[in-house]
Amino acid sequence: MNKLDSKFGDFGGMYVPELLVPALDQLEQAFLDAKEDPSFQKEFMGLLKDYAGRPTAMTLTRNIVSNPLVKLYLKREDLLHGGAHKTNQVLGQALLTKRMGKTEVIAETGAGQHGVATALACALLGLKARIYMGAKDIERQSPNVFRMRLMGAEVIPVNSGSGTLKDAVNEAMRDWSANYDKAHYLLGTAAGPHPFPTIVREYHRMIGEETRAQIMEKEGRLPDAVVACVGGGSNAIGMFADFIDEPSVRLIGVEPAGKGLHTKEHGATIVTGTKGVLHGAYTYIMQDKDGQIEESYSVSAGLDYPAVGPQHAFLAETGRAEYYAITDEEALNAFQLLAKKEGIIPALEPAHALAHALNMADEATEETIIVLNLSGRGDKDLEHVVNILGDKL
Amino acid sequence: MSTTRYADMFANLKAKNQGAFVPFVMVGDPNKETSLAIINQLVESGADALELGIPFSDPIADGPTIQKAGIRALRSGVRTQVCFDILSEIRHNHPTVPIGLLLYSNLVLANGIDNFYAKAAAAGVDSILIADVPLREADRFIAIAKQNNIHQILIAPPNASNETLKAIGEKSDGYTYLLGRSGVTGTETAVEIPAAELIAKLTQFKVAPPLLGFGISTPEQVANAIQSGAAGAISGSATVNIIEANLTDPNKMLADLGSFVAKMKAATLL
Repeated sequence: MNKLDSKFGDFGGMYVPELLVPALDQLEQAFLDAKEDPSFQKEFMGLLKDYAGRPTAMTLTRNIVSNPLVKLYLKREDLLHGGAHKTNQVLGQALLTKRMGKTEVIAETGAGQHGVATALACALLGLKARIYMGAKDIERQSPNVFRMRLMGAEVIPVNSGSGTLKDAVNEAMRDWSANYDKAHYLLGTAAGPHPFPTIVREYHRMIGEETRAQIMEKEGRLPDAVVACVGGGSNAIGMFADFIDEPSVRLIGVEPAGKGLHTKEHGATIVTGTKGVLHGAYTYIMQDKDGQIEESYSVSAGLDYPAVGPQHAFLAETGRAEYYAITDEEALNAFQLLAKKEGIIPALEPAHALAHALNMADEATEETIIVLNLSGRGDKDLEHVVNILGDKL
Repeated sequence: MSTTRYADMFANLKAKNQGAFVPFVMVGDPNKETSLAIINQLVESGADALELGIPFSDPIADGPTIQKAGIRALRSGVRTQVCFDILSEIRHNHPTVPIGLLLYSNLVLANGIDNFYAKAAAAGVDSILIADVPLREADRFIAIAKQNNIHQILIAPPNASNETLKAIGEKSDGYTYLLGRSGVTGTETAVEIPAAELIAKLTQFKVAPPLLGFGISTPEQVANAIQSGAAGAISGSATVNIIEANLTDPNKMLADLGSFVAKMKAATLL
């Protein structure tokens, strides 16, 4: 039986082949043991500080908000080594891999950010990484493919299905079911079967904990809202975790509305989705009436996923967190605005959250403090954005 | 009361000193009409029972061969309701052959669990195995299966703990799907004939009769499986490979499937 609760209400669970249950149990046990082991914690904290660069800064924006009642802070995960929050939990899971006596790491990646984080952690810790990536994504994200290979990871193209992230996850799970004895599946977001949503949340929760300490120091009070983008939901759950029990803090997740919620081209699973099982968890997913999984779409590859972490599904259903959707166009505008007004180029993923935070700021009628999780930097998106905007800048 | 077709089959085979040969194909592969002809051919050539897949977009337990079978069926427009239509026709043609479904949980949930099992029962299905529902998630499916007189099939993996095998013993019904190895479906990696120790444990925990599957493609493997104590063998990817190899020549496809099933069945004679 599970030692930790495997569900969030009805959401989550372990919808995997029986064959993988022992491997998930082993992972749960290793996670629990590591939590109680000071030497593990010391190594993890040491890597986060001296290798990855924690704590990350929190920056009060100077120019982007025009409403004098509103203060918008940015939690600067874009400054973390690797260029996004993903490095946090990857370091934790890579250490767990070693703790379990495994020498190989399997991972999936969409845009390549999780693949890059996995490759750097495996290079550092002497693990052999193989990373599944949709064949279409490999074409779209060639600089990240090169980064992964440069750091010694094997990148395996996935041609099955639609050749994108969901197919890469399928292929990683297939590999794991044959090789769990020596390989750990280092899942990249707070989704998938138990215990992944819990482990990934716990290994990102320093985002919210640091935010709490930093805002208390600067403002002497908690923020009115924390805002984060949601694809699978790892950066958002890392920001939310420490505030769930603080009812005065609104938790706001922003999903990709792509070309509009009235089209089929979006990835807003919670805002529009129906419930079902994908990749081992019962959650909100994009599907047709027969239960076949539908393709998601977003300008931002990191939000382009047809499911969402089960804890977000639960937070949405219970009303503790609110979820909204932002279109490609709105995100691209916010992306440019942050660069022009604050000298920070955000990744397209948090540009969605930023667009929503700016709407909130415009509408505020009383003093409001908002913290936006700036989950990654925009270097990886420059080529993509140039292709979209051309010389319109 | 669940249907007695599995119990009747195992009793008949035992009386004849034979094991069961159970081919797997995807319903609707490559299209509705050909699929009907394929499944009829399997029974007429000697299959003791049928294990049939319902096509799904994201089959995480399947290797390339069965993934492609699902894609062919989906591309020809086959969805769950069409599968039930095909199944009803198969049941009409073959009133006694046990029919098992092997599918993924989202197809069941999208219909509503109750509704899905009721439709399956109406189509003459004897058992349902959900590839991504392990024991730990199985109780609510088992309860609804019972209400609809359907056997919920459980998987015994080679790495199962005694705790898992004991639970399978308490809950298994119809037959037990004994995994011959780790990994996904496919003939790329051959079955490993289970150790006598595992078979002995299955007997000790009184699990429903074990059918060995994953990586079975030759009559020798079938014979070995049965000699080692399995009640029979399931062959999926090897059967589906014959469909894939003959997509442009349905007559040859049916003839090759017929001779494959006859050879595999002959290997079940002890």
